[in-house]
Formats: sequence, structure tokens, C-alpha cells
Amino acid sequence: MGVLEFARGPALWFSLAVMIAGSLWRIAGICQLGGRPDLSEPRSARLWAGAIRGIFSRMIPRKEFRHSGRIGGLNACVYHIGIAVIVLGYLPHIHFIGRLTGLLWPPLPAPVVYLAAGFTFVALFIALVERLTDPVLRLLSGFDDYFSWLVVFLPLATGMIAINQSYSPGAAPALPLDPRPLAIHLLSVELLFVWLPFGKLAHTFLVFISRGVTGAASARKGAAI
Amino acid sequence: MTPSPFTERAQSVLRAREAPDARRAAKEFAAQASRDTAFQLEACVACGQCAEACHFYLVTRDPRYTPIYKLKPMLDTYRRERAPFSMVTRALGLAPPEVTAEELNEWSELLYDSCNLCGRCTLACPMGIDIAGLVRRAREGMSAAGFAPPDLYAVAERALESGSPMGVRWPALKRQIELQERETGLKIPVDAQGADYMLVLSSMEVIGFSEIIGALARIFQQAKVSWTIPSAGFEATNVGVQIGSRDVAAALLSRIVDAAERLKVKSVISPECGHAYSALRWEGPNLLGRPYSFKVVQIVELLDQLVREGRLRTRGKDTRRLTFHDPCQIVRRGGLQQAPRRLMNQVSDGFVEMQDSGAASFCCGGGGGVSAIHRAEQLRLAAFECKQRQVEAVGAEAIVTACSNCRDVLEEAIEQREMTLPVLGLTELVAQYLEPE
Repeated sequence: MGVLEFARGPALWFSLAVMIAGSLWRIAGICQLGGRPDLSEPRSARLWAGAIRGIFSRMIPRKEFRHSGRIGGLNACVYHIGIAVIVLGYLPHIHFIGRLTGLLWPPLPAPVVYLAAGFTFVALFIALVERLTDPVLRLLSGFDDYFSWLVVFLPLATGMIAINQSYSPGAAPALPLDPRPLAIHLLSVELLFVWLPFGKLAHTFLVFISRGVTGAASARKGAAI
Repeated sequence: MTPSPFTERAQSVLRAREAPDARRAAKEFAAQASRDTAFQLEACVACGQCAEACHFYLVTRDPRYTPIYKLKPMLDTYRRERAPFSMVTRALGLAPPEVTAEELNEWSELLYDSCNLCGRCTLACPMGIDIAGLVRRAREGMSAAGFAPPDLYAVAERALESGSPMGVRWPALKRQIELQERETGLKIPVDAQGADYMLVLSSMEVIGFSEIIGALARIFQQAKVSWTIPSAGFEATNVGVQIGSRDVAAALLSRIVDAAERLKVKSVISPECGHAYSALRWEGPNLLGRPYSFKVVQIVELLDQLVREGRLRTRGKDTRRLTFHDPCQIVRRGGLQQAPRRLMNQVSDGFVEMQDSGAASFCCGGGGGVSAIHRAEQLRLAAFECKQRQVEAVGAEAIVTACSNCRDVLEEAIEQREMTLPVLGLTELVAQYLEPE
């Protein structure tokens, strides 16, 4: 078995299994901690509305906190949007997801995706520099923060290297002349999959629950969300 | 003072200060991690945005005052003992080390002196983490294990013993009631069975701003409100919420609940005190483990309701340039943002809003028990700088607020910074413009 077959086969299925099982384990482990019902009289009973508002309203910082002088908030928007464009808008990625799920959709024009990749590349570097130089971020940061940065950066970097590979529309490439760049790219993505449930990248799903919990609790009091 | 079933447990919290125990703190930190708490502890991405929301960080630029960093002992304990992968990380030697007494002594300053539980950080967190709520929970561990500030243990002891954090007993309140009866010519009902509303007060109001009793007597006279003050269980403030002890909080709160149930009132009025509202309105039933048989209404909420019902009528308006300081627990955390503003517009011609007023307002610096911690005084006064800038920017001639603790803290800070503007209570301001009978 060649390295590309390995990356497309056992490594992919193993990493996906770890990601799904790990994520479910993490969520179930938290849920089993349980909680008590709030006995205070609610000001509003529209808790689901509060939760949904909490999830969406925090996507954009409140106006009072937009001029904090910290670039992290805006920069994070850039690389989150960039990653979404690259993952969901690039034709080879759509094919990749399509092979796994059966879902297909029209791609974005390649130049748009390349531009997004450029912005994301720069934004991720800015995030790292800020984390290394800002006293607050330096104090808060540990192994998880730097390793998570690395496992997000690697697929981007290896993907940019593998970008010259040719793909026939509508089908997965057979065996490129040099399979290594694509294999390395796939393996870096699989490293991300394996790490995702265990570190801070789990905010991919935890953020919605955390925002929802706080949104519902605030709605209960009629307080600002 | 009638002992409640909670009193013995509260006393054991006070005894913890004699032998601080890091292991006990860790046990309590872990016990605080319920499902909703854990989802929030797990969601942090260490983005540091909360630092820019905290006045203690903004005035000092000390990164240790970053709100989420204040939770490190609790977060480490959670990761070590309760998180979904904690068994694996412990087995592999990758779990954070156990918290130590040295660490908790250092964090006592971070969790108490430099946090007002004001919740501005909660509003700023892009992950939606209720950081202030988590600090409140972390304080449970600190207080139960003897690591809370000595001043707060002393206040809690006084409150449990006398019923008041300032040692105010019924004879002192009775004298103030009699004084206000002479001032207003109105009878102030005490221990009236079956009244619609039972008013509880903060010691700060009884000692420092007792005119509020007369102001309410005049307001309730005009609005024909059936009300009473209890001779026992009249203290609204709750140091248990500030020190972070559910047992102390429940013991103090149960006195109000006993009074309300003894007098068979329909509602209890939470006075001009931010954390009293938080304790009575939101935490209370959960502390006692049962819903109330009465409603809780904040005084500002009630006055606003009376105005809107046409039962409370005012005449004339204050022409000075007035601004309103939002008490965090009433406005941001309590959901009463519009009621004080409607009242301000009712009695003021020159009401101006400060920058970021309302939900994102800066705390006075003294909330969450900080004003009772002597070692925190310089930091608290420094933190006032954020508020000072906002007050000066609008050129206010007076600050109005709806919390006696904010009022006291603001007055002290204003004096220290040689500013020259008075701080007024909203209830008294409304009473000043009551339509003559």
C-alpha cells in the first residue's frame, strides 16, 4: 500500500472514527455531570430563543468591545471565514466531502479560494505572533493553544503545496505523478481530525453549547445576551 | 436571631479560615462543575478578549487580571478531576497538578479583590462563557476551604450573628423609622400581616441613606400601596453571595423568607442594592431548594410599574445634567435596563447617558464584596478611573444610581479624586418630584 492509499484509506477512517468517538465522548462526559433545575421564577420562558440568540449574537462583538485595540477578534473572523471558504468552496474538498457523505454542491471560483487561502495564511501567522507577544495571551497560552494552531496551519500549508496537482472534475484523481504532496496534505488533515475532540479545537462544537447555555440563562433573567 | 437549619453549615464555612485546606478547595471546585458549568469551562479558546472588558485590567494592564485567568485553579482542578478525559490524562501524567495552598493564597486576590462579579467580561466573551458566574462558583471553593479574604469572613460572621453585615439591629432601624415618620408625618407600617409588599433594606441604607425610608413612605402613600417592614429579617444584603458560600447565603436569605412567610405578604421588595437583588431574586430559591411562596420585585421595577399604571404621579423635573450609573446586578445581570431610564426621564430634564451605558456599563469598582475588602482599597479606587472618564465625558452635574453600595463606593471615589458632583439615589429623586396630594 502506497502512502496515498494509506492516507485515503485506513488513516482517514481511523482519524474520522477518533474524531467522532472522541467528540461524542467529550459531550457525553460533560452531560453526565448533570445539573439542577433553576427554581427562581423566570422573567421570560423563551429559553430556546435566548439560546439561539446567544449563539448568533456572539458571532459579532458588541459595539462596546469593538475598539479594544486587540486585533485577535477581527483576525479570528478572517481565518474562520477563510477556512470555511477553503473547506466548503474548493472543488477537490467538495469531492472529498462528497465521497464521504454523498453531498455535493457547486464550488467557488478557484481564484476566490486561493485569495481566501492567502488571507487565512496571513491571519494564522498574525494569530501566532499575537499569542507569542501579547502579555495576556502569553499568560493564557499552553501546549494546547500552540499545538492546535499547528494542526490547523499544517493542512493549509500542505494544501498550498499540493495545489498544483491536477484534478479531473467530478472524480477523485487516481494516482498523481508524485503522490507525496497530496498524501502529506491528507495526513495533516487527519492529524487535525484526531486532535480535534481533545484540545481547544473542540470549540468547533462546544462554542454553540456554551453560547446557548449562557443565552438561555440570560433570557431567563431578561438580561443582556 | 432565630437559628435556621442553614446556620450550622454556615458556621462551618467560617471555621474553615482557621485551617485553610487546598484539598477541600479542589473538592469544592470539582463539585461546582455541573453540566452547564463544564460546557463553559471547556469552551475557552484563550483569546484574551475578556481582558479588554475588565476595568481592573484596563487600568493596570496587569495580565493576571484577565477574567478567565482568575479561574485557573478551578479550571485546572476540573481538567484534573472531572473533565471527560481526566482519567486518561491523569494516568498519562498529563493532567494539571493539584492546586496548592500557595496558589490559592495568590488567587484569593484575583478571585476577590480584582473581581466585582460585574459580568462585563461575560458580555464580551465570544464563546459565550459566563465568566462572572464561574468566578461566583470558584468562590465557593475558596470560601469553603478558608482562602477567602479575612474581611469577608468577618463580615459574614457579623451578618450571621447580628443579621446585618454592619451590625445593624432592629433598634437601630426602629429609630430611623421613627425619625422618618416624624420627617414625613406618615405612619410606616411594621410587621403588618397580609400586606401586599414587604420592604427589606440594606444596612447601608439604614445607616447612610435612611431618607429612602421616608421617600418610600411618601411614594407608597400616593400610590396607595399596602406595605410593611419586618422587625426581623429586614436585612437585604447577603455577604454569602459575595464571599461565595451557598451555606452562608442560604442562612441569611432564609431570614427574609421566614419573615415574608410569617407576615404572609404577596411580594418582597428588593431595595436599592445590586447583589441583594441577585441573591433574593435569582439565587434564593436555588439556595433554599424550593420556590418562594411570594414574588420578588426590585424597587426600581416597582416604581416604574406604579408610574406606568398612573398610580405614581410626579410634577416638575430636575434641570441639572444628570447621568445614571447602572448597578451591574440590577441592569446587566438582572435584566432591568429600561425601568431606571424611564424613571430618570420622568423626573429629569437633563438626563444624559454615559458611553457604553446600560448592559455594558462599567462597575463602580466596589461590587461583589470588593468594597468590604480593605486590602483591595487602592485597586478599587484605581479601577474607578474607567467610570470617571465616562462621567466627565458627558459633563454630568450629578450621578444617579439605584444601589446604595454603588452610591457609597462612588462617593468615596469621587472624593478621593477631588471631583465635585453629588451621587443621588433614584428612589429619593423620584420622591422629590411627587405630585403634591
